[in-house]
Parts: sequence; structure tokens; C-alpha cells
Amino acid sequence: MTTTLDKTVLDMTEMELREVNTTLQAAAKAKANEAFVITNPRGSHAMAVGLDGPINVTIKGSTGYYCAGMNKEATVTVEGSAGPGVAENMMSGTVTIEGDASQYAGATGHGGLLNIKGNASSRCGISMKGIDIVVHGNIGHMSAFMAQKGNLVVLGNAGDALGDSLYEARLFVRGTVKSLGADCIEKEMRPEHIEILKELLEKAGADARPEEFKRYGSARKLYNFNIDHADEY
Amino acid sequence: MDKTPQTEPRQSWTFSNSINSEIRRAAASGIYDIRGGGAKRRVPHFDDLLFLGASMSRYPLEGYREKCDTSVTLGTRFAKKPIELKIPITIAGMSFGALSGHAKEALGRGATMAGTSTTTGDGGMTEEERGHSEKLVYQYLPSRYGMNPDDLRRADAIEIVVGQGAKPGGGGMLLGQKITERVAGMRDLPVGIDQRSACRHPDWTGPDDLEIKILEIREITNWEKPIYIKVGGARPYYDVALACKAGADVVVLDGMQGGTAATQDVFIEHVGQPTLACIRPAVQALQDLGLHREVQLVVSGGIRTGADVAKALALGADAVAIGTAALVALGDNDPKWEAEYNKLGTTAGAYDDWHEGRDPAGITTQDPELMKRLDPEAAGRKLRNYLNVMTLECQTIARACGHNHVHNLEPEDLCALTMEAAAMAQVPLAGTNWYPGKSGF
Repeated sequence: MTTTLDKTVLDMTEMELREVNTTLQAAAKAKANEAFVITNPRGSHAMAVGLDGPINVTIKGSTGYYCAGMNKEATVTVEGSAGPGVAENMMSGTVTIEGDASQYAGATGHGGLLNIKGNASSRCGISMKGIDIVVHGNIGHMSAFMAQKGNLVVLGNAGDALGDSLYEARLFVRGTVKSLGADCIEKEMRPEHIEILKELLEKAGADARPEEFKRYGSARKLYNFNIDHADEY
Repeated sequence: MDKTPQTEPRQSWTFSNSINSEIRRAAASGIYDIRGGGAKRRVPHFDDLLFLGASMSRYPLEGYREKCDTSVTLGTRFAKKPIELKIPITIAGMSFGALSGHAKEALGRGATMAGTSTTTGDGGMTEEERGHSEKLVYQYLPSRYGMNPDDLRRADAIEIVVGQGAKPGGGGMLLGQKITERVAGMRDLPVGIDQRSACRHPDWTGPDDLEIKILEIREITNWEKPIYIKVGGARPYYDVALACKAGADVVVLDGMQGGTAATQDVFIEHVGQPTLACIRPAVQALQDLGLHREVQLVVSGGIRTGADVAKALALGADAVAIGTAALVALGDNDPKWEAEYNKLGTTAGAYDDWHEGRDPAGITTQDPELMKRLDPEAAGRKLRNYLNVMTLECQTIARACGHNHVHNLEPEDLCALTMEAAAMAQVPLAGTNWYPGKSGF
């Protein structure tokens, strides 16, 4: 562990994952707004997980599964691509992926912003519960499956079955949608949605205008079981 | 002229009155039957086993004078802080939402007084439950309703639910009538809508992924908490082996008699294996991996008495979990509410429409008036009494078999009353030294 220019460097050729996470978790808990740089991550799993406080972490390279899982308040930036389940069950804070994200990005997230500068694979935002996700590229199939709350913004295209069995999450897509999932429909873009989208695009540093997007949401036909809709289930 | 004698009306065994009533119900409603509880059909069970007791070749312990230990430690494989329980009987996961807050509190009170743990369920951790449970296991479910790192850290153990005995391979459904503002808030969903619980986890798909998921949870919780993996009674040998491979400290194995808050009757009755059939393959998997007793096995699904506990332990379990029996101890299906059960079209002992939220006993409901019927302190004491009785019963049997710890019970202490039970439990049919599948005959 070395300290340069107010940033502590954690080199994963010299430190084990446990030591890295223990260091970050302690610093987050201390709420001193410290900054850390992790070098040589080499696709390690479960990096920078369970951070509970204001701390700034930059990871120089790509990460494995569940990077920044259950994040609270921390700012985590991956200068590379992220493996499955990045920022899963995130509560607050900001997680930025400079490259692409694999499956289940932002799964079950409750809050905060997940900002993916590249593409996201399948099931992006699955069961999201309040998180905001902005994907600057495309997203894969079954994204926002059973998504409950929050906003998913896609500057590119969406794959098959977008928003299948959707609850109250809002989906904004600028490009094409290959197909919509069960109970997901296109909805009117009202002024309040333009405002929400404008703010999210600004926060994510995205070069796009809200008016270019379409909004998708739940038709709410599956909210209470009805035998006449059995084919939809 | 004499009338020609007639044979008496003959009911069909295949098309019984019960089956026909279900056909009529389905034809009228167009929807399958949903209910709570576990399998009601008769399946080989612990009742089909007997203990042999001490004799010329075994030396019994004095019933009230010689010690028979009941303590159990769960989570000794990897966790820094294993759970130490006074008795080998735990309370299974049941959700706030399916159960009232009072019921969850009563479970916590009773378990704590008896020196054991209780478990959350789908829907997250409530203050009532955490506050009244000295040892609380936090379930990590596919829905992740209410999941958050703070509760993860204040749990005493974490149970990753892959499946449950009532519905291996199935998710869940909490119907809208039980979704109050509080329940909805905890689950981040609107009030009054049906809340589906997914059948698969959203961010992993197999044991290789699960191993990494467990790594993440351990990293978040400083490797302190025992990690349980709960599986339904489907393919117990392979499920237990893969759970060990994924890094479980404890495997919870739930047979088909294990209850659910609400699932299709066809699922409950026709998917999964009886508890009795699951234990030996599970223990075999642990033994083959050299992990028996290092990875603890908790068995659930139809545990009712101290005899059931003793039999499960004799077959190789380290502990058991009870759900339905615990609810009955609190007051579920009590005949004192018979008039109200009749109004609901049922009778005490058969009431299983837990999903409708109109439970006269105030347990499986969110109705404020019905909830008041359950005094959590009194109900907690009843649960403590029941747990104590089961423990004493288990000790009685263990002493009679000559064991100074209930974990010393073994298959050699047992015989079976039926061929089926002998085959499943792999203990001799009574009066023989043989069981189906045993070679040499």
C-alpha cells in the first residue's frame, strides 16, 4: 500500500482481496472521503464490496463478478470492463464502468447511480428496486425483468423481452427495442419524465437529448392474477 | 314379486369425492388451487421408524441423572463466528408478510427462550424479529425483497435459499390482499398487488456462480457469518454435494412436507421427495466428501415431535428446523376458532388458505383486528414450552439408546416398520437384518 497525491494505491499483485476490501471498508466507515486507486485487479471477483460511506475508489483495469456489490455512498470507478452483477443490490452512491458490463448489472439495486459507458449484457437492471442505471451503449435481452422501481436509461438499443413482468420501474430507450416482454408497453413521455431523464443524462455525462427517447412501463395487467391473462404468464 | 337385490352404490377410488370436488372447483373458477402448508398426502415418514433401545448389547443412561447433551454448533467450516445453539431444533424461515409482525415476534421470543435460532423469510428483516431473536438467520432469496447490507451485517447467519421442500423449482406469490402499506414498503412494490417471488436468483445461475456469490457475501460481512444453503428435497445427493462445492457452512434440506405460505396444490403434492427419503443420500454426499459434521446438515419438513428430531439426528442430521409445527404451537388451526373456520368453509386442522389473510388465529394475516388475537408474549412462551418438550423427548430416546449426546444417535439404533421406510432410511425392516437395496441377499 502506497500513498501518492492524496490517493492510496492498493496493488493487487501485493495484496489479497481480503486485505483490499478490509482497507476500503474501514476507510468508508471512517467517513473521511479518502481516495484509493486499485492497480492490477486482474479480473478479481467481489472487489470494493460492502462499502458503507463516502470514499472514492478507482480500479485500474477490469473486474470480475459483483464489483461494488451492495455499495452505500461510495464512488467507485472501473477503468475497464466489469463482470457479472456489478453494483448488485447497490443502495446509494455512484458506480461508473468505463468499458462494458456483463450480465445482471445493477441487479436488485435500491438506489444510487450505475453509469455504464459501454454496453451492458443480458438482464441489466433485473429486479431493480430504485436504482438509476444509465447505459451509454446497448443492453442485452431480458433487461429490467421484474424491475420494481427506479430508472433504466439506454442510449443505444435494447434486446429481446425488455421489461418482462415489469412493475413500476421506468425504462427510457433512445434506439430500437427488439421486443417487449410480457406486460411491458410503450408509454407517453410526459413533461415529468423529460425532467427525470434530463437530470439523469446530465448526472451520467451522456450526450443525448431527452426528446430522443421513448418511455416504456408496465401495462399493469399482471398485477393481480387473472385467468383471462393466463397466456401472458 | 320380490325386488331384485341391488349392489350398494360404489364410489370410485380413482374419482373419489375429494377428486371430484376439485374438478368441480376448477371448472367453476378456471384457476388452480393455491394453499399454504406442505404435502398432505400420506408418505413414508419418521412414524415408520422405531428405535430399538438398549438391551444386552447396549448400555442405557439413567433417565434423569446422567447427562445427555443437546447443544449444536452450526457454521464451523469457514465462518469466524459459528452459531452455538442449546438445542438441535431451529425455527425455519417464514416471511413477514405471510406472517403477522406479532407472529414473527412470538417466534423470536420462543426460540430465544429455548436457546435456539429463528429465521427471516421473503420480505426482509423486521425490528420485531431482530429485537426478540437472540440468534437470527437472515434469508437471502431470489426476490431480494428488503435485502440490504445493514441487515446482512446484523444477522447471525445467512441462509441462501435455492429451494424449499413444498416447491422445489418454484417461486412464490404473496397475494394482494396481504400487501399492506408496511409489507409493500419493505418490498419496494405498490400496495395491494400480487407480489411474485422469482424461482431463480437474479445474479447467479449455478454452483460455480454461487461460489463467487458466497465470496461476495463473506467479503461484505468480514467472513464472520455462517453461510447456509437451503435446498428442497429434489436430488439430495447432488444438491448437497454441490452446495458444499459452492462453499456452504451449513446445508438446510427441506422435504416435501415442509410448508409454504402459498403455492399451487399440484406443486405441493406432486413435486419433490419425502423428508425421510432425502436424509440418507444427503448424509452420503457429505461422507463421500469427508465433510459430514464439518458441514452441518439441518433437516426440515414434517418434524413434529422429539421422536422425529431423534430419528432425523440418528440418520445423520446435525439439527432440524420446524415451521408448520411452530405455527401450531403459537395457535394455528386451534379448535377454539372452529366456528370461524367453519365460516371460511373449513375446519380446525384443515385450514390452509394462509394466502387469503383471514386467519382466525391471527398468525397468517396482516389484518390489524385479527393480528390482535395473537399475544406475542404468551405465544412465545407456548413455543418455548413446545421446543423444551421436544428436546426432553429427544433426550429420553437418546438415553434409552445409551447416548450421552443426541448427536451420538445412529442408524444402528433404528428399524423400519415398512419396506418403503426401510429402503428410504436404509435401516433394517423390523425383525430382519435386511433393507431393500442392501446387497448380499
